[in-house]
Amino acid sequence: MSGPLERRAVVAELLRERGDLLLVTGLGGTTWDAAAVADHDNNFYLWGGMGLAVATGLGLALAQPQRQVLVITGDGEMLMGMGSLATVANRGPTNLAIAVIDNERYGETGEQLTHTAGTTDLAAIALANGISDSREITDFDGVTTYRERLHAGGDSCFAAIKVQAGNPTMVLPPRDGIMVKYRFRAALGLGGV
Amino acid sequence: MNSQSTPAWPDELFRALRALDVRQIAYVPDAGHKQLLNQALAEPSIEAIALTTEQEGVALAAGAWLGGQRAAVLMQSSGLGNCVNAIASITRACQFPLLMLITMRGEWGEGNPWQVPMGTALAPVLDTMGVHLNRLEDPGAAYATLHAAGTQCFAGGGPAALLISQRLIGAKAFVE
Ligand SMILES: Cc1ncc(C[n+]2csc(CCOP(=O)(O)OP(=O)(O)O)c2C)c(N)n1
Ligand SMILES: [Mg+2]
Repeated sequence: MSGPLERRAVVAELLRERGDLLLVTGLGGTTWDAAAVADHDNNFYLWGGMGLAVATGLGLALAQPQRQVLVITGDGEMLMGMGSLATVANRGPTNLAIAVIDNERYGETGEQLTHTAGTTDLAAIALANGISDSREITDFDGVTTYRERLHAGGDSCFAAIKVQAGNPTMVLPPRDGIMVKYRFRAALGLGGV
Repeated sequence: MNSQSTPAWPDELFRALRALDVRQIAYVPDAGHKQLLNQALAEPSIEAIALTTEQEGVALAAGAWLGGQRAAVLMQSSGLGNCVNAIASITRACQFPLLMLITMRGEWGEGNPWQVPMGTALAPVLDTMGVHLNRLEDPGAAYATLHAAGTQCFAGGGPAALLISQRLIGAKAFVE
């Protein structure tokens, strides 16, 4: 049984009044969700590299300690990179938040069930890795509270947000990663090379 | 070459990383990286980041670059096998710089036959992936080789690997 929340409304809420938040999205659904809210110079969308969204966010967070970094990714993507939760917890950045849009499915590839539909609890995994603020969210108030938490900064936090199955319309951000990379760096005042 | 005391070349590699302004050093350890890693761990201006798998380091280096920092990833030759999709789908697709320091196994008096297939595949795999190979066999060339590889890489010349020869490190002894 997947959750009650609507994924696009969840991502829109997390990104509401985002200020100077930096965003990394995982391949597939969460990249389309972020694009559906609005394309933004502070977004870096992965279109590949399954399992690597959190590690990308960690490198960014360490390089930009004054900025809040949010990684929004899918449950399937997170399952492929579970070790990165241990890496994050042990490094302990104070500006990195993770939100998993957990539809308990590989939505992008035909809604095959993931392990979170079965026995696997991602929030418990994050907690056991040492991310002490790890939660499962099943209602919209929980999303609003998590939004406040991730904008406030502090120790890393993790949320598995249970959303409905079903893929909303695809909304595509720029697919040229080279362009998006330059655009992202330029928005931080960084040069071409 | 197979010195039990502290050889100079790991210190030279660390000096080159400092000169290149590398600020994040991500690693899955290998014995050949021990001396260099200890220096990185002791240097407050450098983040030394332990990984659970080498491919995290490829993504971490991309994230660091997005945020304006240079990173290097340390791994053993078998670790490159864990990185293939990350290098193709992130590094190459977005033309991120990637500097890898790879200690070789399976090429010089290797006592563990399980290391040989990946060690043998490493160079052709890197070549196929479009990663520039820089072999380090002469300990006296450590600084110059890494500095040249990193300079080209961070100037936009594509991903680069420094292959640290097993002959330089010394083959691991397997004795009961
Ligand atoms: C290494 C790798 N394996 C498999 C795929 C195919 N693939 C693309 S998206 C995806 C599913 C993603 O599922 P999830 O992260 O839960 O996102 P959702 O679409 O459900 O939001 C898969 C398996 C891939 N792109 N890369
Ligand atoms: Mg999913």
